[in-house]
Amino acid sequence: MLKIRLIPCLDVKEGRVVKGVNFVDLVDAGDPVEQARFYDAAGADELTFLDITASSDNRATILDVVSRTAAECFMPLTVGGGVRAVEDIRRLLLAGADKVSINTAAIHRPEFVQEAAEKFGSQCIVVAVDAKQVSPGRWEIFTHGGRNPTGLEAVAWAQRMAAYGAGELLLTSMDRDGTKSGFDLALTRAVSDAVPVPVIASGGVGTLDHLVDGVRQGHAAAVLAASIFHFGTFTIGQAKAHMAAAGIPMRPVVEAV
Amino acid sequence: MAETIAVIDYGSGNLTSAAKALERAARDAGREVSVIITGDADTVATADRLVLPGQGAFGDCRRGLLAVPGLLEALTEAVRVHAKPFFGICVGMQLMVARGIEHGNHAGLGWIPGTCQRLTPTDPALKIPHMGWNTLRLTAPAHPVLAGLGGEEHVYFVHSYHLTDIAASDVLAETDYAGPVVAIIGRDTMVGTQFHAEKSQAAGLRLLRNFLTWRP
Repeated sequence: MLKIRLIPCLDVKEGRVVKGVNFVDLVDAGDPVEQARFYDAAGADELTFLDITASSDNRATILDVVSRTAAECFMPLTVGGGVRAVEDIRRLLLAGADKVSINTAAIHRPEFVQEAAEKFGSQCIVVAVDAKQVSPGRWEIFTHGGRNPTGLEAVAWAQRMAAYGAGELLLTSMDRDGTKSGFDLALTRAVSDAVPVPVIASGGVGTLDHLVDGVRQGHAAAVLAASIFHFGTFTIGQAKAHMAAAGIPMRPVVEAV
Repeated sequence: MAETIAVIDYGSGNLTSAAKALERAARDAGREVSVIITGDADTVATADRLVLPGQGAFGDCRRGLLAVPGLLEALTEAVRVHAKPFFGICVGMQLMVARGIEHGNHAGLGWIPGTCQRLTPTDPALKIPHMGWNTLRLTAPAHPVLAGLGGEEHVYFVHSYHLTDIAASDVLAETDYAGPVVAIIGRDTMVGTQFHAEKSQAAGLRLLRNFLTWRP
């Protein structure tokens, strides 16, 4: 039986983890590779790096991080942030990423998603959908951390991205992101039920019940969280056990490779 | 002398992931191997073992293989004439069959009778691609490449197409996605996995390690 995926996300800036697990047994907690190894051993189902490096001069730092991670972690790795051209995707895949997440570039030129899926296959193209509620039952796509409206209606946009070849959608509620008040379940459900591809719910996880709700009520195929793991509130094992106890099919935590 | 493992580069697939996982599996097995990512026909011809990754569409991958001069011939001769061990991953596995139905009809390598076609789960709520960790049901547990795998191993799948019309004797393992889905095939010196062995943590590394030590 296919399992629901639990995905920790790490923010990486100029090759260093900005927000990450802070445990004494990590030699260098700022090293994304150390963090990746930690999550790999902890039983995460996938790992996502979000590259928030501002300057394009320092973009190459993520390639080294990806390459070192791929040498040690044999689990699916998604990299997002700054993916604007086919060449960016090729470089990330060659460095060892399995999927790339496209965000702003898809809004500027939706055909980019089509070209990327044709070139590399839908299985490695994730489209990040950042949505914000504008009126009851209506969400629109925003860029720049939720500051800039685009006027695009979220469900229709998600359907378009799936039709253009996105293999999965990373759906983030900009209203809930960072609030620890739970996923926007109505948004998650509206999008999940409207597209044929898997949807990763993101934004707002503060408790383990929120993860359960994202699957049960939001119909998500995967749940992504950052803070609850980084700050040590919960471990991957605790989260999986809680979800499994709620009746959600989860891959048990296996012994480290 | 260290064996040479050729990871075939024809413009498709997460080659680096596959190469790194093979290197790790070789270390686990205490073997010295040289893993080479290559699209060169001569290198493929002289390699000891061959790995064909693949992502994307069947037809594109097939065209990619044909586009490299001499590559398909070198690969076919190494595997079918010289009986070198071969491991196909995902679309690399799908290419092993006779025919692919994806945006039209495409000839496969034809090494194993079968067809590759779109997954159509009976339950419309099931998402396509079939993406994530699913369990294996071994149908030929005595096969050397499956050594050490337990009953309910989880492995990582990402695919929208799957193999059908495969002879039961060529199926080594299945998974379930609203019906049985072929997960591992094997015949003669060839094996193939629908899932990404290189991304399947301990179970995947075990398979790769078994492949590297396999003497079919």
